[in-house]
Order: sequence, then structure tokens, then C-alpha cells
Amino acid sequence: MAVEVLYFAWLRERIGVPRETVQTDAATVRDLIAQLAAMDEWHAAALSDLSAVRIAVDQELTDLDAPLGHAREVALFPPMTGG
Amino acid sequence: MSARVQSEPFDIGAELRGFGADAGAVVTFSGLVRSEDGRLTALEIEHYPGMTEKALTAFGAAAAQRFDLTDWRIVHRHGILSVGEPIMMVATAARHRKAAFDAAEYLMDWLKSRAPFWKREIGPDGPGEWVAARPDDEDALARW
Repeated sequence: MAVEVLYFAWLRERIGVPRETVQTDAATVRDLIAQLAAMDEWHAAALSDLSAVRIAVDQELTDLDAPLGHAREVALFPPMTGG
Repeated sequence: MSARVQSEPFDIGAELRGFGADAGAVVTFSGLVRSEDGRLTALEIEHYPGMTEKALTAFGAAAAQRFDLTDWRIVHRHGILSVGEPIMMVATAARHRKAAFDAAEYLMDWLKSRAPFWKREIGPDGPGEWVAARPDDEDALARW
């Protein structure tokens, strides 16, 4: 299936694009990230430390082991600094 | 009962006109851009359009239920904001003071760590580091 992957803040800068459409059979977010990290050195570097990555699936915060299901949009970003 | 995300400045006085008119207690908090001892000239605030509005609305609704608020408002800006400019505000209205204060703290703790905003420092030489999340912000959230 096709998933729209969004990146924010320094993840966006290190990967070099704000979003991309990815064809994937990944079962979980963790599997999808492994696929992304294998794409090129930029993705690999940005996604090397998953403790620094937060995840939203279809705009809801979730974790690495969340099933991807029929997700349309997966966002990866650093810990949030609002307020 | 509303949440807004905008690049334009907001006027706290105008936001509070008529807010919580029958409540008894209104608390507001506003966060401003700090210079960090002159090191910064501005902050750049990035956000996740779509998710941000949903998250802020959910936080407001949760606070309203938990603290029995009669009204609440969240306004949060994005874009490049100069030192001294307001970044965001929360306002809460309740029958009594403690609920209004607690609800404002609750909303701030959720905004800090669970609303999809990211701050980057801007100094005299241009854009600098992304602001790191603070462990005590996470601790603050845990108390709720």
C-alpha cells in the first residue's frame, strides 16, 4: 500500500524532504522505519537513534510497535517543544 | 471553547473580552520569546498542520471535563517570532480558582510535550539549534 510519510524539524532537515510517498508492506511503524532507513544514507543517519523519534499515525501519537493497518499518513519527528 | 493555530500576533485583551463571563474564576497564561541572555533574536516555530489543531482541541476538551471548565481557549503561533513576542496563551474559566489554575497548568504541560510544535533558535547570525525537549517537561506531564 502507499503511505504518505511526513518529517518535521531536524528529521526533515536531515532527510532532505518534508514528505514522500512510500510503497510498503510493513506491518508496524518499526518495520516501516527500517524500510525507510535502508533507502539511503540520509534516511539511515536521521533514523539511527529511534529514542529521539516520535511517531504519529494518521495524526494520532503512537509508538514504534503500533500496527500500520490502513494508515494513510505516518509522521516522524523529534520530541515536541510546544508552549 | 476553542483552539487556534496562527502566524499572526494575538491580543490577550481582545481574547479575554467576554471570556468566562459567568464563571467566577478566569486564569490566563501567556508564553513569550526569551532572548536567553541576548543570545537569541527570535524563535522559529514549526508545526504539523492538521494534527496540531486536533491535538489542541482534544487537550481542551479533556481539561474541560476533568476540571469542569465553563470555557477554555488555546492560541498558539507558528513562524518566526521575535524576542518579547507572545508565542501562545491558554485561558481557563471555572467556578472556582483552583480548578482554573490547575486546568491552565494541565493544558501547559500537555502543550509542552504532546502538541506537535518544534522550536528553533535564531541568533544574530541566523538559524541555530533546534530546542531540545526537557526531561522535566515529561515529568510535569506524568503528575496528571
